[in-house]
Amino acid sequence: MSASEGNYLHIVMPDQISDTRRNFGRFIIWGSAAVLILTVLLQSLDQSNFLSFGFENWRPTLYAYLFWAFSLCLGQVILYGEQGKRRLFILPAVLFVISVVIFPLIFALGIAFSSWNLSSPDGRQFNGLANVYQMWSDPFYWNALKNMIYYTLAILFEYIIAFSLALLLNTQIRARKFFRVAFLMPLMLSPVAVSWMIGKSMLEARFGPISRLARELGWENPSFFGSHEMARAVIMMMDAWTFIPLMMIMILAGLQAIPKEMHEAADVDGAPPWKKFWEITFPLMLPVSITAILIRIIFKLKLADIIINVTSGGPGGATDSVTSFIFREYRDRSNVGYGTFLAIFYLIIIVILMTILIKIADKWMRPRY
Amino acid sequence: MNKQIFHDTAQDLSFKPNWFFNRFLIYGVLIIWAFICLFPIYWTITTTFKAAPDVMKGNIVPWWDFTPKWLGLKSLGLSPNTIFVENTVREEFLKRFWNSTIIAFSSSTIAVALGSCTAYGLSRFSYRFGFMRNSDISFFFLSQLILPPVVLALPFLVLYKELALLDTRIGLIALYTLTVLPIVIWIMRDQFGSIPVELEEAALVDGLSLWKAFGTIILPIALPGIIAAFIISLVLTWNEYFFAALLTSSHAKTLPVMVASQTGSQGIAWWSMAALSFAAILPLVIIGIILEKFIIKGMAAGAVK
Repeated sequence: MSASEGNYLHIVMPDQISDTRRNFGRFIIWGSAAVLILTVLLQSLDQSNFLSFGFENWRPTLYAYLFWAFSLCLGQVILYGEQGKRRLFILPAVLFVISVVIFPLIFALGIAFSSWNLSSPDGRQFNGLANVYQMWSDPFYWNALKNMIYYTLAILFEYIIAFSLALLLNTQIRARKFFRVAFLMPLMLSPVAVSWMIGKSMLEARFGPISRLARELGWENPSFFGSHEMARAVIMMMDAWTFIPLMMIMILAGLQAIPKEMHEAADVDGAPPWKKFWEITFPLMLPVSITAILIRIIFKLKLADIIINVTSGGPGGATDSVTSFIFREYRDRSNVGYGTFLAIFYLIIIVILMTILIKIADKWMRPRY
Repeated sequence: MNKQIFHDTAQDLSFKPNWFFNRFLIYGVLIIWAFICLFPIYWTITTTFKAAPDVMKGNIVPWWDFTPKWLGLKSLGLSPNTIFVENTVREEFLKRFWNSTIIAFSSSTIAVALGSCTAYGLSRFSYRFGFMRNSDISFFFLSQLILPPVVLALPFLVLYKELALLDTRIGLIALYTLTVLPIVIWIMRDQFGSIPVELEEAALVDGLSLWKAFGTIILPIALPGIIAAFIISLVLTWNEYFFAALLTSSHAKTLPVMVASQTGSQGIAWWSMAALSFAAILPLVIIGIILEKFIIKGMAAGAVK
């Protein structure tokens, strides 16, 4: 993706690895793997009450896994010498990601097709496709998915605002540093604190400053979370408030990378500012804009904290995002199985849509110089 | 001798209303947006010092339309007259604050360490694991960014229960490391990509080992990028709420969870909520003001190729 083939660091170094060393390396890797397998086996037997070793939890397996991972890294160097040292750069991260993403995902697939109430003593019960049927007839889940579409569409407005702000910051102004820091601030704040600061206090119907302002402007009884559309719009605005700086900074970086000569040439040709923007700035900014929007979409799909804390989905599910819905599904009914199924379904939709989006974006990204 | 050659024409010297109007508009918009960005923070700080009547009257400017009181900090046990007295709320608050600090710092450190090594490896050596080439491995890491936290949350709840990692700091640290790792790799790959390979080639010819060349030559050059990645990780992990809310209960609870759990129960005692929110955002506000350059650098990475 980034470096082309010729850009790599090639090290030619004959490694003399003796047979004993090689055997030792293999012994470490396979030996620790055997320990791991043995531990897993013993623990499963213990779990299913065949034998009793008095394991309280699966910690021993975790330790065995860590031991194996460590031995695998060490074994690479022993087995392959210089080549192994290079692998050592990425192997820990690969192992880490696999163990905390891929393994839980496979585990999640198992949970997704079962009914599992954590607070009931029955434990996990496989229930086939029951979760699918339940999801199919769950209006609140589809409603949450629909809301996600609205939330994602709001990114267009955020983009327009972010672009305008970046353009302004890119002009000759005084106190640029102050404005940059000020504009960056919302991004630094914790969403939970923001939901109290804005959602719960500033928008409070009686005493909040924004409600007061609304009353001054002639709105009799300002209520920001009364109607469906209003509540959704307010959540959108609060989310936009926190994340506009992210897009703005990416776009600003793009604007600063445009060579000055382009604008000078246009000035010499006597192009009006509006035309200069549409014919030069905007097309040149297309790749950066698309990157910014894609990253923003990724963050938007995780939207939950503000909703959980301000409206908890209300009124009537109008502001629910998928994440906040599943959060409540778990909190209220502690049904892990159904919640996981909904999450997996959401993940599949996201992966498909993002793949399509990236494919389309890739076509547009070709710079049109 | 010093005769002026170039003169301003009458047109240049004339008053240009268009130009002034433009300036006025630009600064107007900038100031309005700065106000939108900063007012909630200002509001939170001032509300910390307001009593109930001040809240109800909607007073905004301290000393002018209300007298600041120590109510907010007192409720946290941090005001001048309560700071040396035993206080359970303060204990609780400090514990949460400390939890947040430890978790944010350790997960960012681990993520930056793992991420920089990975990014360096991916930008310098060609790997082949089965069908996976460098670009595939990069994509594998970056694609973790798409993964919504909710997909992992419930499986982790169950797994952590089995592993007795529920409500522990280590459990949260592992998860947070995972959430910021793709971002660190994204920033650092950009950073290492801009350092010429010839530097290491020279170092290796001079007899340095691979790891030594990486540690003594490349890392110092890439330091700004590392700081940027670290700070962005710190911001994200400090503010994280979703996993913390699900996976912690009493021992490892972080500050955002504490703030969230108070929101319902305070009624009109806004000062105490304001104090708590203010305490939750203060460290990052300070970091944002001091290290703004690095944050912007980190976020702009990858945007411009």
